[in-house]
Amino acid sequence: MGKIYGSASEALDGLLFDGMLIAAGGFGLCGIPELLIQAVQDAGTKDLTVASNNAGVDEFGLGILLQTKQVKKMMSSYVGENDLFMQQYLSGELEIEFNPQGTLAERMRAAGCGIPGFYTKTGVGTVIAEGKEHKDFNGETFIMEEGIFADLSIVKAWKADETGNLVFRKTARNFNPPAAMCGKVCVVEVEEIVPTGSLDPDTIHLPGIYVHRLIQGAHEKRIEQRTTRTA
Amino acid sequence: MPWDRNQMAARAAQELEDGMYVNLGIGIPTLVSNYIPDGMTVTLQSENGMLGMGPFPTEDEVDADLINAGKQTITELPQTAYFDSAQSFGMIRGGKIAMAILGAMEVAENGDLANWMIPGKLIKGMGGAMDLVAGVGRVIVVMDHTNKRGETKLLTECTLPLTGKGVVDLIITNLGVLEVVDSGLKIIETAPEVTEEDIRAATEAKIIN
Repeated sequence: MGKIYGSASEALDGLLFDGMLIAAGGFGLCGIPELLIQAVQDAGTKDLTVASNNAGVDEFGLGILLQTKQVKKMMSSYVGENDLFMQQYLSGELEIEFNPQGTLAERMRAAGCGIPGFYTKTGVGTVIAEGKEHKDFNGETFIMEEGIFADLSIVKAWKADETGNLVFRKTARNFNPPAAMCGKVCVVEVEEIVPTGSLDPDTIHLPGIYVHRLIQGAHEKRIEQRTTRTA
Repeated sequence: MPWDRNQMAARAAQELEDGMYVNLGIGIPTLVSNYIPDGMTVTLQSENGMLGMGPFPTEDEVDADLINAGKQTITELPQTAYFDSAQSFGMIRGGKIAMAILGAMEVAENGDLANWMIPGKLIKGMGGAMDLVAGVGRVIVVMDHTNKRGETKLLTECTLPLTGKGVVDLIITNLGVLEVVDSGLKIIETAPEVTEEDIRAATEAKIIN
């Protein structure tokens, strides 16, 4: 029952189909599954709906799937760093479903927990609430948001053991755990696979039950805004 | 003389209290961290999954895995904790964050806030702004009183798509400080050499005495 595959393309073999819904981890370019995104581009799968907080930049991250016009629709909270995205959106080639960031994260988490919908105050009285069920609790109005049940999750972690127990690093954790939870199948790329037993069980961020396939590889980890101070 | 960006940030910092957990937006709100009074402990949340945000790194400390919600490289502090995005917005939605300080395009006299979209022009997305204004204890807007064309940003009603309805508690502009109360806006402070009349002249929203 090995979960470890030799490459990103091998790990995605048999999982991709046109028109599918993919949930991807990452925030900006931080903690994105860059190897798996490249493999989806190589596979040429089309008409994708991608649930991801951002859409990468023009030539890195999810942006490379926009270059090849493989994406039909994005479910995101912020796409401001991607000019290609704007062009394709304005020309009608690409749909966007804007989600408040916390609503997007919770829609993924909820689906992973078997919760098809939940009520939130976020977005009440805005365009986000249009067409959604409203319900009052204790005198306050909430709207119902639905879980995102993805066909596939693509996720980046720092380390995994051979059973898929995951450890993330710093703010590269971000959307990766909720994205991992909401897919029928979850494929994870890590910087290092360590022998089972070498991770402290108390420090596992996401247990291997959520992880079906695993690869190890070198990551570019591009920085979007390098800001420094003088020492 | 109206306040500049740093003076507006310094004024916003006066709203902080010891022990607070606070979220600062992009732009002038980020500058507020430079004015946290000595001896006061304020923990900054970055909604991409961190409490206890430190300053920008030195060149040697830059780490691609450590960024703030504006995607800038940052550092951690001894009290830093990391978590995922669902938990991050769980603490925001759950009312655990005492205060958010953020920028705005428009604020209405009833506290409506618009800061995420200009139809046909700006379609970047709301990021975490809608979650923050709906969830945190107190929402403070820091912005210029008028836009680049000299038109007021304090309106009877917002013209742009809303980020939140009736969510703003306090507005700090280059001209002064206004509180959102039941029947309109109340001037509680003016910048040096700015009069209440100057503020009224630059404001469309109802100002009450």
